[in-house]
Amino acid sequence: MQDMHQDDVVSSCIEQVLVYHDDSRRKVYVADQEVPFPEGKLIVSRTNEAGIITHGNQSFVEMSGFTEDELIGQPHHILRHPDMPKAAFKDLWDTLARGEKWSGYVKNLRKDGAYYWVLATVVANIRGGEVTGYTSVRRKPSRERIAECIELYRQMRLEEAS
Amino acid sequence: MKPYTMTVSPDFMPDYIAGWYIFNTWLQRQLGQSIHLELYNDFATQREAISRDEIDLIYANPFDAAMLVREKGFSAIAAPQDKPDEVILAVPAESPVKKLDDLTPGTRIARTDDPDVNLIGMMMIESADLKADNTHVQMLDSYVLVAKALFQERADLGFFLKEAYESLSDFVRSQLSVLLSSEIHVVTHVLLASPAFTTHQDELRACLLDMPHRDKGQGVLDSMGLSGWQLQAQEDTEFMIDLMDTLA
Ligand SMILES: Cc1cc2nc3c(=O)[nH]c(=O)nc-3n(C[C@H](O)[C@H](O)[C@H](O)COP(=O)(O)O)c2cc1C
Repeated sequence: MQDMHQDDVVSSCIEQVLVYHDDSRRKVYVADQEVPFPEGKLIVSRTNEAGIITHGNQSFVEMSGFTEDELIGQPHHILRHPDMPKAAFKDLWDTLARGEKWSGYVKNLRKDGAYYWVLATVVANIRGGEVTGYTSVRRKPSRERIAECIELYRQMRLEEAS
Repeated sequence: MKPYTMTVSPDFMPDYIAGWYIFNTWLQRQLGQSIHLELYNDFATQREAISRDEIDLIYANPFDAAMLVREKGFSAIAAPQDKPDEVILAVPAESPVKKLDDLTPGTRIARTDDPDVNLIGMMMIESADLKADNTHVQMLDSYVLVAKALFQERADLGFFLKEAYESLSDFVRSQLSVLLSSEIHVVTHVLLASPAFTTHQDELRACLLDMPHRDKGQGVLDSMGLSGWQLQAQEDTEFMIDLMDTLA
């Protein structure tokens, strides 16, 4: 995954390094700036079995700050925010592997370094008995639940770091 | 031979009942098959008929599409053109509630038995921390009654199919205020055919897609309140079912 570019991001960003589950790394720029969820809409994307983005609806593209071409074919962790604990995504993939649907609150990183919160639900696309990919549908999350998650995820990251 | 049976999701607009009968007559002539139109008053009775395998063609609510496609083996034929099911959340015009986050636990919700509208409506209010166990739901027989419950202040919030809301009279709408309108775009009613109808499936699809150009086709569409049909591939329906599944 390519590093983020300083030219793309809003001012007042802090540089951080993300380490993905396969130990690959990416330099990201993160700003303390939230973009509100688009009221009444759903943010939808689909991946193949390996988590590579295959489709995204208009809200998905708009909220990410990338163009559609920059997203399709990329691993979905292109949106990973350093404030998200690894355990959340491990739980996502473990849950899907058991054949169940996963729901969780996710803070996503935009191309410009700002962030947005979603309540995501991910299901497997089962066609003719086979898993052909996954669909994630995100809706507007409740402020109260986000407040709880901010604290919970902070603690989880402290544990992961130690 | 026993005629095939066609049915329509009970949430169709009452103005178009006659239109569906006209459509059935037109379709029988086009396909050279006898088809009986059976309308049910509510979703529960319709689902019982489906479970007894009595239905061959159905203009299905997106909520029921999952069961029809995944459990009963129905195939997607077509969807109405440019007619996604969107939901309007409305409050009485004088309500102190001006945005979703103003809603509080104890909110009295008026709605019909329309399953996709209810699913999407409940999903939309969840961001204000409202759910089934901290709201009071009144199920009413029509959207006109939902509107009435609001302006008579027997309910604080109403769930409407957008199309139904827009067909309320100006007077009724002037007593209401729209809190939020969904923009989901991909949830739509679909015309599905049972495995017993497989041999006529391709002909049916061709006939619907070509409907405006066939004899009397445009007039029949007008009487059903549709502008036409668009191809609904099986994968389009599967995708919609996956999406509905994430909202449940
Ligand atoms: C359908 C689908 C949608 C996903 N959406 C996101 C997302 O919006 N943001 C995100 O950080 N990870 C998302 N993930 C998880 C990523 O694939 C990945 O696990 C995560 O970003 C952590 O990166 P890593 O697993 O490479 O360490 C999604 C996965 C799937 C299958």
